[in-house]
Amino acid sequence: MAETRDNVRYLASHEWARLEADGTVTVGISDHAQDALGDVVFVELPETGRSVQAGEEVAVVESVKAASDIYAPVAGTVIGVNDVLDAAPETVNDAPFDEGWFFKLQPADDNALNELLTPEDYRALCAADDH
Amino acid sequence: MLIYEHSRPGRMARAQYVAAQGISSELADDLGAHLRSSALGLPEVSELEVVRHYTNLSSKNFAIDKQFYPLGSCTMKYNPRGAHAAASIPGFLKRHPLAPAANSQGYLACAYELQNYLKDVTGMQAVSLTPMAGAQGEFAGVAMIRAYHQKRGDHDRVEILVPEAAHGTNPATAVMCGFVVREIPVTKEGDVDLDALKAVVGPRTAGLMMTNPSTCGVFERQIQEIAETVHEAGGLLYYDGANLNAILGKVRPGDMGFDVLHMNLHKTFATPHGGGGPGSGPVGVGARLAPFLPTPTVGMAEDGTYRWLDHKDIPDTIGRLSTFMGNAGILLRAYAYARLLGAEGMNRVGEYATLNANYLAKSLEQAGYTLAYPARRATHEFIVTLASEAKHQHVTAMDFAKRLLDYGYHAPTTYFPLLVPECLLIEPTETESKAEIDGFVAAMTQIRQEAMTEPALVTTAPHSLPVKRLDDVKAARDLDLAYKVTA
Amino acid sequence: MPFIPHTASDEQEMLGAIGVPNIDALFDEIPKNLRAATLSEVPAGISEMALQRLMNQRARLDEVALSFLGAGAYEHHIPAAVWDLVGRGEFMTAYTPYQAEASQGTLQLIYEFQTMMTRLTAMDVANASVYDGATALAEAMLMAVRANKSNKSNRVVVAGNLNPNYHAVCHTIVKNQGLILDVLAHDPATGCLPGAVEAALEGAAALVISYPNFFGGLDDVDYLTDSAASAGALVIGVVNPTALALIKPPGEWGTRGADIAVGEGQPLGIPLASGGPYLGFMCCRQQFVRQMPGRIIGRTVDQTGKPGYTLTLQAREQHIRRGKATSNICTNQGLLVTAATIYMSLLGNEGLRQVALTAHSGTNALTNLACQIDGVTARFSGPVFHERVLSLPVDASLVVEKMAAHGVLPGLALGDWVTGMDDCLLVNVTETKTAADIACFARLLAEVIEEVKATC
Repeated sequence: MAETRDNVRYLASHEWARLEADGTVTVGISDHAQDALGDVVFVELPETGRSVQAGEEVAVVESVKAASDIYAPVAGTVIGVNDVLDAAPETVNDAPFDEGWFFKLQPADDNALNELLTPEDYRALCAADDH
Repeated sequence: MLIYEHSRPGRMARAQYVAAQGISSELADDLGAHLRSSALGLPEVSELEVVRHYTNLSSKNFAIDKQFYPLGSCTMKYNPRGAHAAASIPGFLKRHPLAPAANSQGYLACAYELQNYLKDVTGMQAVSLTPMAGAQGEFAGVAMIRAYHQKRGDHDRVEILVPEAAHGTNPATAVMCGFVVREIPVTKEGDVDLDALKAVVGPRTAGLMMTNPSTCGVFERQIQEIAETVHEAGGLLYYDGANLNAILGKVRPGDMGFDVLHMNLHKTFATPHGGGGPGSGPVGVGARLAPFLPTPTVGMAEDGTYRWLDHKDIPDTIGRLSTFMGNAGILLRAYAYARLLGAEGMNRVGEYATLNANYLAKSLEQAGYTLAYPARRATHEFIVTLASEAKHQHVTAMDFAKRLLDYGYHAPTTYFPLLVPECLLIEPTETESKAEIDGFVAAMTQIRQEAMTEPALVTTAPHSLPVKRLDDVKAARDLDLAYKVTA
Repeated sequence: MPFIPHTASDEQEMLGAIGVPNIDALFDEIPKNLRAATLSEVPAGISEMALQRLMNQRARLDEVALSFLGAGAYEHHIPAAVWDLVGRGEFMTAYTPYQAEASQGTLQLIYEFQTMMTRLTAMDVANASVYDGATALAEAMLMAVRANKSNKSNRVVVAGNLNPNYHAVCHTIVKNQGLILDVLAHDPATGCLPGAVEAALEGAAALVISYPNFFGGLDDVDYLTDSAASAGALVIGVVNPTALALIKPPGEWGTRGADIAVGEGQPLGIPLASGGPYLGFMCCRQQFVRQMPGRIIGRTVDQTGKPGYTLTLQAREQHIRRGKATSNICTNQGLLVTAATIYMSLLGNEGLRQVALTAHSGTNALTNLACQIDGVTARFSGPVFHERVLSLPVDASLVVEKMAAHGVLPGLALGDWVTGMDDCLLVNVTETKTAADIACFARLLAEVIEEVKATC
């Protein structure tokens, strides 16, 4: 059973988003997603400073047999990306919720995260996926 | 060992030097600042080393000439040596692509006749031979659909519909032609979901791309209704000829209602696959799309001589697709194949391809394998699903495929189409004998037994090839795409 | 049915096992009104012997004694070993190497090819080839627009002295994706690009340079590359692989080199064969490798640590990425790659250099001889590689027609290709032409010019 975290919100496309104490949002992919992808070999990250809409394709994660687009969970501006993934894409597999994060956003609207799936919703979605 | 590892400074294949005594570099003094100063970096080896190295490398390949190659959707049939020899006659090999028509009547005659044969077997009005592979044929076909709508001022048609079981090239091609792709679901029996199609087809529909038989290895029974639905909405129908071998001589795409198609001559017309190419993907069209054909094509002048037709003759052409006129050498092989078979032989291709596939499907079913569409007639290919074996024995379709290599058979296509879990797509082709097919069934029976009693033997296969399973993750993470000489 | 092995009893046993009375019953799911195909255009089958006779007759119609035609396809000597090896069934009748363990021959060979192409071009990485030179350029344009992160432009500036057919193919392929191709006109006096290109390059995604250009001439690639770099445009070099044995490789143009190098691989051991199959090669900087279309082979290890070769970066390709793939291409020109790799191995550094040098000096010799004919001049003066435009005192297409009737193809009459060049003939000389061949060309050219003059 894949791990989920309770301090983040989710998208049905398996991204997670965490509201940090400083008001920024960190984005990554879930344990369920990294498991389904298999060994991650490359992550294409957005440029810092880019402004994005909710649901916009902003990154790509590649394994040997698949490539998936990563969508921005909320509207905002990209304020940082995880450069560690350039040289060590396997970090996404090893620590999807921690060192394997993708990028940080300054959200346009502080409450936007509330629109996303709760951990309970997301667990139900993954359970349905597994059957 | 790489050819570079055989290399020694100063070693050479001297017979290949234009002047054994050497040539003075002063002859290039006029090039001045344009001259290259860095080393070329090619290997330095003797002629025997080259011959031995590449002969040994070749022996590490599986090939149709060596073994049964039941690769679904790829039509790995025998590539007649006679066709290869016919295309390799010096007059053809040495013909420059821009030689005047007066010095090219031999080649032009073959190309002109091949155009006519392909029109005949597909039921189309006109053919262009220039696309260099199936994917380029697709591009040409979809670009013609776009040109057709634009010529009519019908600019709202921005969507191409594609069944979800389609080859990945179909959506990739539609995007290259500037369209948006909408996927149509497929029913449990492997047919296009007609209701779903009717729900999305409309004034935004430029066309529908499909293969028939489909990639599920079954004939799309509602093809006429699908054609009517798309045509009524003002869209056009594109036939992906990947599976033409199933119906060659039996059913013509033009009669099914298709407006445009490409053929894969490296499949249906038995030209060699060459380890990944070249292919050849001529396109055929009905009357509506004929004005948009890619150039050049071959026409006949009033005096009976042949000549190239270009944009002056086909002013609305989508244009040129290759530097010259496509993969001419492959077209000659296809022409030769058509002449060897003749109409009668061509009629039989679809028949025996279908007989072999149904016999093999039935035999594997009896050996305990699960067919993905057991209630359907197999066409030239069919799907086995190993979902149950993967769940219970933890032996996957990939494992079965790798183990087959140990038995000397090339693996079927794995994990395609994507909508059938743990699948093998199997296509025996008409040129395999009953004995060969029986041998394959015996191997599959044995592997199934192994999967139940000794699964590790299967999951770690292959055991008898030049290498064991390769680390694909390392290949993608630590990219090593060219040899670095260590000084 | 010359290649179907079934005996009558095989067929009966198979039908019995399936449980149908005859083969026709296997088509029972196909609506009856569709099963009506009768072939009226395809003639009755013939034997291999009859085929050989027919094809020999036809091939003979296309033979010429001597050819100086180039313009993108070049007659070179092909070592006997090349096609002897390529013709082996293990190379010829293998499929795409998806099953890596059963395809190490093809895979290692492509890795060697990629290595040789990176060396020849002085670029970082190469792919396993695309269809031909023109389509390689079209793919490079799409790739450059994707890869150029410094601007969002979809405008590509194309050298006006690029082979017109390359331009036409690129137009067909890229126009539907909204790319704009702007022609940078060459100087009619020199055949080369102008000395000031900064304005034309402003805001462009890429610049396409042909080296040598369509007229055989050599542009100032250092200046052009540096200008493009300062304008934020990527540089795509279209190069001839034989020429690279003599002239500067794209990786060394200007201060930072070209970004993408493409070209026609036909000169590397591939017969003229009416224009194909050939191979288009593509090389680029390491940083753009994921934007490169087509198959790419990587070296890795197997479970026991033994080196092996496999397809890599497949997530870019259509069979995985579908509508978002870098291209719809599914083939590489595998068999032609095999020929090119063996050709380069056999020639080696000195062999290829001799081919290039001989072609170059032969072209200069032909130019000198031809220019002694009254009214014949070199259209452009600068240095060339193995191709030269001659201005004739008469219409060049008439000269071609008359010389061809004597079995000599003197080159390409440029009237249909480039506006205002009706009197121009593009002549190519490779290492296959001896001094006697060149003398024969000049003698016949002189005669034919007189003949044409007399009839005008």
